[in-house]
Amino acid sequence: MSSIIKVNHLSKHFKEIKAVDDLSFSVEKGDVYGFLGQNGAGKSTTIRMLLTLIKPSAGEISIFGKDLSVHRHEILKEVGAVIEKPDLYKYLSAFDNLAIFAKLSGIKPDRALLLEQLKMVGLEERAFSKVKTFSQGMKQRLGIAVALVHKPQLIILDEPTNGLDPQGIADMRNLILHLSRELGKTIVVSSHLLSEIELVANRMLIIHKGKKIVEGNVATLLDPSKSLVQIETKNDTAARAKLLHTRWAAFLQDNTRCLQFKMNKEEVPQLLNDLVSLKVQLLSVNPMHSLEDYFLSLTTQSGYVESFAN
Amino acid sequence: MWNLLQIELFKIFKKPRTYLAFAIIAAFIFLIQLGLLVNGKDWMKFMLGSLDETMSIDYSKLVNGYAVCFFVLNLLLVHVPILVALVAGDVVSGEASMGTLRLLAAKPVSRMQIILAKFFATAVYVFALLLWIAVISLVVSIAVFGENDLVVAKTNGLQLIESGDVLWRYFCAFGFAFIAMMVVAAISLLLSVLSENSIGPIVATVGIIIVCTLISEMEIPLYQKYIKPYLFTTYMLGWKGFFYIGSTEDGETIKGSIQYLPGILKSIAALLVYMVALVAASVFIFRKKDILS
Repeated sequence: MSSIIKVNHLSKHFKEIKAVDDLSFSVEKGDVYGFLGQNGAGKSTTIRMLLTLIKPSAGEISIFGKDLSVHRHEILKEVGAVIEKPDLYKYLSAFDNLAIFAKLSGIKPDRALLLEQLKMVGLEERAFSKVKTFSQGMKQRLGIAVALVHKPQLIILDEPTNGLDPQGIADMRNLILHLSRELGKTIVVSSHLLSEIELVANRMLIIHKGKKIVEGNVATLLDPSKSLVQIETKNDTAARAKLLHTRWAAFLQDNTRCLQFKMNKEEVPQLLNDLVSLKVQLLSVNPMHSLEDYFLSLTTQSGYVESFAN
Repeated sequence: MWNLLQIELFKIFKKPRTYLAFAIIAAFIFLIQLGLLVNGKDWMKFMLGSLDETMSIDYSKLVNGYAVCFFVLNLLLVHVPILVALVAGDVVSGEASMGTLRLLAAKPVSRMQIILAKFFATAVYVFALLLWIAVISLVVSIAVFGENDLVVAKTNGLQLIESGDVLWRYFCAFGFAFIAMMVVAAISLLLSVLSENSIGPIVATVGIIIVCTLISEMEIPLYQKYIKPYLFTTYMLGWKGFFYIGSTEDGETIKGSIQYLPGILKSIAALLVYMVALVAASVFIFRKKDILS
């Protein structure tokens, strides 16, 4: 497979703040690449560096096999993006907005093509209405139309479901899948709605405080045979001591706040039985297998993800 | 570049705010014209002071289209910078606050092209604004008040310019005003590049003009000698020089002449240097800028 995006040791400092710290990853052709992290993790800064809005403090970015700092113009011709909120010219119509960005992308704003594009995002009836009269969802759809009007090979969607209602979120998900499966586009999508990423992405990267935590195939990372179970007890230290000479000690993870076991899900009932037999008072049992758990774990202990990925 | 310029012009002239300046100017000039139509002779008597005690003056001829236009320009050109700043101060920062700057800068156009396109589009707006002033203050005034000789007050007395010698001076004066207003536009552009909201650059531009004008006009040797020569406001009112006519040693006015032509050319050169320096600074800063809006 050929890399569409290759990022090497990318860093961005804003004075003393390290927004992105030695980040490396690659996006392959045809990927729907999930870019995950909490607010302030460095997702948007990274995306802005991919779009040349922010200059990196260090590191290299190559897109379509070309150095972005050298071939910016030709690379950006093949990139479409929705960056955070879909902010457009409010005093202009949807059609005028689309025409402006089509021209800026180097294509002739043919009326039929623009109306076709607006039809694709369900805005054909509001084509000549001013954007200031649009709902958030409509603006988001127009933002997508703007990103796609020049038929780019690479589409970057930064938080595309922000402010959308459930139907809008579902529509966005379907659109991403359509663009990937039917049109073969390579898509980078960041979101804090983790379940959305889980549903659309085939590969993903998690960053935290600007650093890469894990990168890989979503299916592999969510492999049920590598489930992690978190058990909360009344006295974790005592419970840990009681488990020390049992077969479960091998599955017990070190340096975690609660008891965490890396094991097959099928063995969980037996573990619980044994804990009860050992007179360990259980408070809660949480299977951790979704991307959401990744994120939640980031707020408690960063060692969790590495242990999960290994 | 042509594409970008078209887009920028489209955006400027689709904004309701753009037409506010045209409406304000039209209202202001019509008010002056109405006032002079009713009380023009009284106004001219007031302007000429006690001169009618020593010579006979036909005031009805002196209140003509050229005189009305001269009066309008004296009052108005000092305030046009505010209207220029209203648009020029918004061209980059307005997009930053609206959030469209990041979309624009992520397109396959260079940042230098973006700034230059915005500057040239602002130039078209300034040109349109001055043309509007010219049409209403000159063409309409001539149509209403007619053509005749123009009386201009100078520090050492009054000067009469024959009606056939006036029109070209207005063309030159508007051309000069265009360059002066483009310096204001360049200041606003630079402030706009540095800001993330529209109000800041507009207010700051007006503030800079007020402070520089006050310093220019203060009769303090320190300011007059060391600061005034470097202030752009010192050169902005040079358009009046086109109405100071040259004369022979006998005091005879020379038709078609300009008394202080080198001074006017120096002012134009100084304003052009300011404009180029400010636009170059805007391009330099914008190229380096991280777009975080």
